[in-house]
Amino acid sequence: MNKIKKRAYAGTLESSDAFIEIEPIEEDEIRIELQSSVEEMYGDDIRDLIAKVIKEMDISYISVRVQDKGALDYVIKARLQAAILRANDDKKIKWDKL
Amino acid sequence: MINSNDIKNGSKLTPSKANFFAAFQKDHSGKERSSKICQNIEESIKRSGLKDGMTISFHHAFRGGDKVLNIVMDVIAKMGFKDLTLASSSLASVHDPLIEHIKNGVVTQIYTSGLRSKLGEAISNGLMEKPVQIHSHGGRVHLVKSGELNIDVAFIGVPIIDRFGNATGYKGRSKCGSLGYAMTDARYAKYVIAISESLEDYPSFPASITQDQVDAIVLVDEVGDPGKIGEGATRMTSNPKELLLARRAAKVIVNSGLFKNGYSLQTGTGGASLATTIFLSEKMEEENITASFGLGGITGTMVYMLKRGQIKTLLDVQSFDEFAAKSLGENPNHIEISANQYANPSSKGSAIKQLDVVVLSALEIDVDFNVNVLTGSKGILRGASGGHCDTAAEAKLSIIVAPLTRGRIPTIVERVNTIITPGNTVDVVVTDQGVAVNPKNIQLKQRLKKAGITVVEIEDLYAKAIRICGKPKPIKYSDKVVATIRYRDGSILDVVKALA
Repeated sequence: MNKIKKRAYAGTLESSDAFIEIEPIEEDEIRIELQSSVEEMYGDDIRDLIAKVIKEMDISYISVRVQDKGALDYVIKARLQAAILRANDDKKIKWDKL
Repeated sequence: MINSNDIKNGSKLTPSKANFFAAFQKDHSGKERSSKICQNIEESIKRSGLKDGMTISFHHAFRGGDKVLNIVMDVIAKMGFKDLTLASSSLASVHDPLIEHIKNGVVTQIYTSGLRSKLGEAISNGLMEKPVQIHSHGGRVHLVKSGELNIDVAFIGVPIIDRFGNATGYKGRSKCGSLGYAMTDARYAKYVIAISESLEDYPSFPASITQDQVDAIVLVDEVGDPGKIGEGATRMTSNPKELLLARRAAKVIVNSGLFKNGYSLQTGTGGASLATTIFLSEKMEEENITASFGLGGITGTMVYMLKRGQIKTLLDVQSFDEFAAKSLGENPNHIEISANQYANPSSKGSAIKQLDVVVLSALEIDVDFNVNVLTGSKGILRGASGGHCDTAAEAKLSIIVAPLTRGRIPTIVERVNTIITPGNTVDVVVTDQGVAVNPKNIQLKQRLKKAGITVVEIEDLYAKAIRICGKPKPIKYSDKVVATIRYRDGSILDVVKALA
């Protein structure tokens, strides 16, 4: 499990988008904080998706804050991956792994 | 007592000089002629004989710009009345102050077509003991005429009035256009108080509410906010999804088999519905087709078509914007009709029974074609029944226009939260991802396919919506019923429960 290097952001607060903010933490865990306009309907699904994407990228020791404005799954996934790549200053992105 | 037999055989008909004539005093001063005018709302309420437990009514022609309901309710609350039934033909976000009057026990029962905003939220959270009765515009008249909704005192806001009670909606500063819903109350309430901001010379005719219906008159500073009366209705959309929906809905109408000279049409407000009217107008010009009448809530777009001779007559129960409100007073073929003439199922003649095509919107549509226009995706009351189920039931062709999804919220669902319009009265559902035809309309389905319209099954639309959005978690309700949905004949169609 890897730690991200620094705090990073991706996304916007526009309708149908999500603003995602991540930062490294000391504990070996994935800490998720979600505010969503569709919490009642999709909150649990979104938290599951976030955990899944982070695990797929072999990341832990991370805190994720998501402000969701009704984004579809692939939007949330793309915003989260972008934030993680930015946090690691990744220059050689393995696109087939994303 | 004289009975009809006495009159027929001519007996007992001797002049009676005793009671009536002896007590009669001619009013030489002319004071009596202005006697309906009260000093203030309080005086009019005292004269009406209003008591605890009675039913009071309002109309919603001023929509979001209404000032009458709130000022009257404040006076009623101050006078100490309790346990009243409030029957407003509909309620808008401007009526949120009602929450306090409900909390204080002034209002304990509500009849309305719609509930929105904070009031809708509060009621969804269990504010009231007795469930709100949600009715359609036609269904309200039926409830009044059948005696369930027995209006003791009607408060009727009007832009202008004369000293004897003749009132009109399409003149004055706060013009609202048609007073179609108020006409029911004026006709059936036991006591009618007209509230206006402008006193005209007697006689002020033509009048929508007339002198023989009005008991008392009160003049106030403002009955409405002109800027908000027609707010948001006339808005030509630039949203590409709405334009696509509108083009498709127009294409469905053109190929429905009903699109010929003399056909009739009702469309609502909202981006897609207004745009449908405009696309249809273009097509009518191309093919040289004229409509016999346009019905319902009337918008500036319909007025434009009337002026160009594309629609011969407008039957207007509610004017949605200032263009419609003004036109009602200017164009002889723009006709004001009452809610009874519009949509009451037990009326001797409601115009919807002559209607060919209606274009309607929806918050949710389910795989059985049932439509919800009342509760939002979170189960909260935030819409209105309106004329939705009335027109869907009677028009030859009812078209529901809605996007497949709104953001992450699916519009096509397995089962609507609340049924307002039963699926067996819905003919076609137009979405941006295809058109679904009710399976009972075999011929229509063939016609639309032949015209090159993408016809799909409603189950396919549902599957597609879920593929995009994911399957939503069901809303958690408690057992407490907060609203009862009354169908147009008064029967109970569905209930809305409080959120858990």
